[in-house]
Amino acid sequence: MDEVKLFGFWASPFSRRVIWALKLKGVEYEYIEEDLPYNKSDLLLQYNPVHKKIPVLVHGGKPIAESLVILEYIDEVWPHNPLLPKDAYERSVARFWAKFIEEKSHLIAKLYRTDGEEQQEAAKEYFEMLEVLEEHALIGGKKFFGGDEINMVDIAFCSVAHWLRVVEVFAGPKIFEPHKFPRLNSWIQNLKSVPVIKDNLPDTDKMLALLKRWREMLLASKSS
Amino acid sequence: MAEEVVLLDFWPSLFGMRSRIALAEKGIKYEYKEEDLRNKSALLLQMNPVHKKIPVLIHNGKPVCESLIQVQYIDEVWHDKAPLLPSDPYQKATVRFWADYIDKKIYDLGSRVWKTKGEEQATAKKEFIESLKLIEKELGDKPYFGGESFGYVDVAFIPFYSWFYDYEKCGNFSIEAECPKLIAWAKRCMQKESVAKSLPDQQKVYDFILQMKKHFGIE
Repeated sequence: MDEVKLFGFWASPFSRRVIWALKLKGVEYEYIEEDLPYNKSDLLLQYNPVHKKIPVLVHGGKPIAESLVILEYIDEVWPHNPLLPKDAYERSVARFWAKFIEEKSHLIAKLYRTDGEEQQEAAKEYFEMLEVLEEHALIGGKKFFGGDEINMVDIAFCSVAHWLRVVEVFAGPKIFEPHKFPRLNSWIQNLKSVPVIKDNLPDTDKMLALLKRWREMLLASKSS
Repeated sequence: MAEEVVLLDFWPSLFGMRSRIALAEKGIKYEYKEEDLRNKSALLLQMNPVHKKIPVLIHNGKPVCESLIQVQYIDEVWHDKAPLLPSDPYQKATVRFWADYIDKKIYDLGSRVWKTKGEEQATAKKEFIESLKLIEKELGDKPYFGGESFGYVDVAFIPFYSWFYDYEKCGNFSIEAECPKLIAWAKRCMQKESVAKSLPDQQKVYDFILQMKKHFGIE
């Protein structure tokens, strides 16, 4: 059996997605914690020379980068507990929503890295994303996007939803009010009950402390 | 049941071209509908309510949005002819990675080359050339990104060739001088009927961009 390694960062929603997918499929892997942002390992830079980022999955010595590309790879190599529907059309819809969430994921970083107008702009965009998801994504009263079991869209969304709650606490505006987003709220609650997710969420207090430290450093360097 | 395929598109769109090429590769008959982006049709807004953008592929009344998702869909549904994605999972991951790189880096940098000027443009131009060199390195000595046959990354990237003249004129540089292998690859792709009939003329694209620039006051 070829060895599986994951280069990640404990506070990153992108590497968390890969962890959930591997655990869902019961794939054994070695996890390598990268010391971000200033001390990336030589191995990481060798495996992802183009973007120099985590997560990177290495399977039998061969690297794969970009979390959604990794998820599709995992799904093809270990097809049980599928992350995508079998039907081509349903699959295109799932890919659409995963991409939609992916494109908005950078807003999380913007929310804790900025202040003033820039932060408000990010918050507004994030709020609009939630509105779109509430209106269009979870139609049909399903428990998860994947139906009764989670799939790639659930994994992508969960990483973003969990991080939003953390960032919101200190970065400013209350973006997610449960009563305004009933479908999303029940989706998030359902996601939190999935063992693979529940048992593999990063510590909120630890994350708050880290992001607060990063925010202070970034804002201080901006004004100096 | 007869297959009904419609493509909502806009002639200079790099993204629309990808779907045109994929449909042509597979020999699929479809109805092409030109959208006026200043006056989007009710059909477009209905079929892509989230982004309200082209291209939209409508297959038997059901919409597929986002060009790379469309290309994968076309490849999966009409799988018996001209396969675009490799079957090996690792090779598939590699082509998806590069298509993603094209969208994340090359497209954005190219846009900045024609939309900006002065120092901003100079920076964009430098980074754009670097990104082209990187993808040229990925091509290596292969006839296509897909190896011996035209594949997913070729489909994702060849539309940019119709915009090369525009980038060159706006940025005042020669892509052939910087990346001769890419130009050789592009000309090879243009020999294919599916590509030649899907890409607009480079001069036409440039004239269109000049109009856009005037309209938006970017001179």
